[in-house]
Amino acid sequence: MNSSSTAAPVQPLSDVTVLDLTHHIVGPYATKLFGDFGADVIKVEKPDGDIARSLGPFKDDEAHPESSGLFFYLNTNKRSLVLDLKSEAGLSALRQLATGADIVVESFSPETLDRLGCGWEFFQSVNPGLPLVSISNFGQDGPYRHYRVSDLVLYAFAGEMYSMGETDREPTKMAGTAALFESGASAAVATFAALWASKRHGIAQHVDVSLAETHLGGVDRRHATAIGFEFSGRRTMRASGAIRGMPSGIYPCADGYVDFTNAQLHPDRVADMLGHPDWLMNDSRFTDVLQRMNPNTVGDFDTHFLEWCLAQTKREIWSEARRARVMCGPLFTMEDLFNDDHFRDRGFWEEAEHQALGRVTLPGRPFLMSEGGWALKRTAPLLGEHSTELLAEFGVNQETTREILEGRTR
Amino acid sequence: MNSKPLEGFRVVDLCVVWAGPFATLQLADLGAEVIKAENPHVWQPMTRGGAARPPAPLLAAQPAWAGGYPDSDPGDRPWDYSPTFVSLFRNKKSFTVDLRKPEGMDVLGRLVAVSDVVYENNATGTLEKLGITYEWLRRTNPTIIYVRVPAYGSTGPYFDARALGVHLEGVMGHSLLRGYEDADPSSNTSIFSGDYMAGCQGAFAVMAALWHREKTGEGQLIEIGQAENASAMFTQAIMDYSLNGRVQTTIGNRDLDGRHPSGVYPCLSAGTAEECLDRWIAISVETDAQWESLVAIMGSPDWAQDPRFGTNGGRLAAHKELDQLIASFTRDKDDYELMHAFQAAGVAAAPVLEVSRSFDDPQFKARGFYRPLTQPSSGTYQYSGPMWNLPETPVEFTQAPAMFGEHNDYVYSEVLGMSSSEIATLKAAGHIATVFDEDIP
Repeated sequence: MNSSSTAAPVQPLSDVTVLDLTHHIVGPYATKLFGDFGADVIKVEKPDGDIARSLGPFKDDEAHPESSGLFFYLNTNKRSLVLDLKSEAGLSALRQLATGADIVVESFSPETLDRLGCGWEFFQSVNPGLPLVSISNFGQDGPYRHYRVSDLVLYAFAGEMYSMGETDREPTKMAGTAALFESGASAAVATFAALWASKRHGIAQHVDVSLAETHLGGVDRRHATAIGFEFSGRRTMRASGAIRGMPSGIYPCADGYVDFTNAQLHPDRVADMLGHPDWLMNDSRFTDVLQRMNPNTVGDFDTHFLEWCLAQTKREIWSEARRARVMCGPLFTMEDLFNDDHFRDRGFWEEAEHQALGRVTLPGRPFLMSEGGWALKRTAPLLGEHSTELLAEFGVNQETTREILEGRTR
Repeated sequence: MNSKPLEGFRVVDLCVVWAGPFATLQLADLGAEVIKAENPHVWQPMTRGGAARPPAPLLAAQPAWAGGYPDSDPGDRPWDYSPTFVSLFRNKKSFTVDLRKPEGMDVLGRLVAVSDVVYENNATGTLEKLGITYEWLRRTNPTIIYVRVPAYGSTGPYFDARALGVHLEGVMGHSLLRGYEDADPSSNTSIFSGDYMAGCQGAFAVMAALWHREKTGEGQLIEIGQAENASAMFTQAIMDYSLNGRVQTTIGNRDLDGRHPSGVYPCLSAGTAEECLDRWIAISVETDAQWESLVAIMGSPDWAQDPRFGTNGGRLAAHKELDQLIASFTRDKDDYELMHAFQAAGVAAAPVLEVSRSFDDPQFKARGFYRPLTQPSSGTYQYSGPMWNLPETPVEFTQAPAMFGEHNDYVYSEVLGMSSSEIATLKAAGHIATVFDEDIP
């Protein structure tokens, strides 16, 4: 583990205990944020474990519950306890855990917890005032409450996928499970809000987070396409490279691509970046404010601009853009990113030793706090790694403990 | 009525484009008083619109989410209702002050002194030039929480790189990880998922810092390196490189774990893509049982009996062929009807919904997602709702998108307690206005 973390100051959430009944990506990412900033996160897993343990990437591509890179990232700073919530012993232990928790987060499909006998009323009877956050695909009510989603289906329906891609082709999604991670970040805010309401105002509530609404109300263009339609009756078309400027968009270069979206906003800076070449400075089509708006001129600009791009690497271009304060970003591969000095020198990457994966590099803090912030105190737990210690810690009686532990190994 | 979770906290909002105001929007929705400080003499592109007074023909040439002003007319106060940004102004207050002048900084100082949080996401150096630093803020208010969102952090070679979300997503790998497999990345539409992440985590960071302050009395400085922050979204690609040295590339709409079918299929369209009336359905099959259900819904066509399609490995290996065959079934079907049929059989599926259709969607209607807001300068429209339902402390829309300078009286008189003569002096010096300077294009 990073040596700098041994002297870490007190973390902001060190007085918070989160009872985590979530699985897959959204819930675990939300509770990871609590754990990474100091909370004690008790991860309750079903006997065959969180489904994320079965998702890749796996080390050496060998699927195993303890070697998922996804699970490894999502479950830092958590302790794992295996409980079968369908059993008496499991429910009994959950009752004990709830007495010591500050908040409960769950992501079963709506009505599941009630069916298991451990829904909102169960938690209120055990620990009055304990907030419960339920994360589900479409919310706890409404006609689609039992509908399924994947990252693709969620983003297609509730995110702004419709306008992504080329006009004459199918819409395209974001990479991987980016939409689910976005929802996780949003669910973390809702969870923290419930915690604040509870601690500050003594208000207990059953928070209802709908993944669909985290996207429909989210910032990645969806609210803008919605109100743009309300305002004007215009729909936002799927049109990839159509919004060009001088320059704007993605351009090839000597060793890849660079993104200059909206760089045309500051023509003086673009001229500086390009070194005030004659072709630019002596052509009113490129310098005159009104003529610059003529879309037919962009192609002529691109002819010259592409020549400049193709003669340089993406890093060289970005360096010139930074000097001239032009908005630009090179398109990095993961290899580029891992080997980039900037992020290494800032200490973004963490190194950790894991029982099954060995020494692993993983992304570190999402933000820096000057007074005790992110820390990697423990890597993702093995399945049930902390069952014994947690059952003892929360005063679960011996008979129940035995039943649970035997059930685990059965 | 219950207190809102963050009621009683005050946030000074010095934010510009998306990532910042999306964070303060969440704080405002949760009950914090968020006060935007804005300058009538300085136009910040990407804050209240691309231009202060955009010509109508230019707007017509822009996509609806940028150029779709009310009735396609920029009107008298375009900065109040830019479709790109207007939804971020609800539940906030706006007052004006010219921070380039000493007395303007004095006003800001007085506001900071009675606030809990200052939030900004300007290009690095912008606020320093005005004299706004953590040290200055802390002298003004020793327990202030100051949040900054530099694209790449405040240190290292990229510390002052200019960037929107789309640029830093390129650096973090997203632009090469998404889009069509058979096209180059210039076919990718610019998106701003990094702003979404930074907005949420900024709100989370403020709540964490306030939590810390309640216990210790200490304020602090928070730095959200937006690129670092965005990386979580690409966890699988990052961990694949970390664990296996593999450089992932785009797989389009397919599933990272190879479960197939996973894709977008054409449906019966109401019109052309140019009219935005083309229809598509997204389908994700994760198990063999779901595949069997999908086949049954499709009426068990002969082609589906092909033994290759009986296993996930076979379906994945033949994914191009399989996708064509599924499309041959979906092509003349209604997208919503397909969704309901597939979902009833336990298969994840939904239309790729063009947003105007979401206003009529039964689920979002049942949940009351869209809500009317009346802004005096633009009128009444349905706006996107909040992201979460907190039943005992509900997010309410108590303030329509704040018009420029709408709360000058409130801030100068009530919050800062200034006398009418003080206010008159500041007004004469150009600090207090409700319009941008006439010479700003």
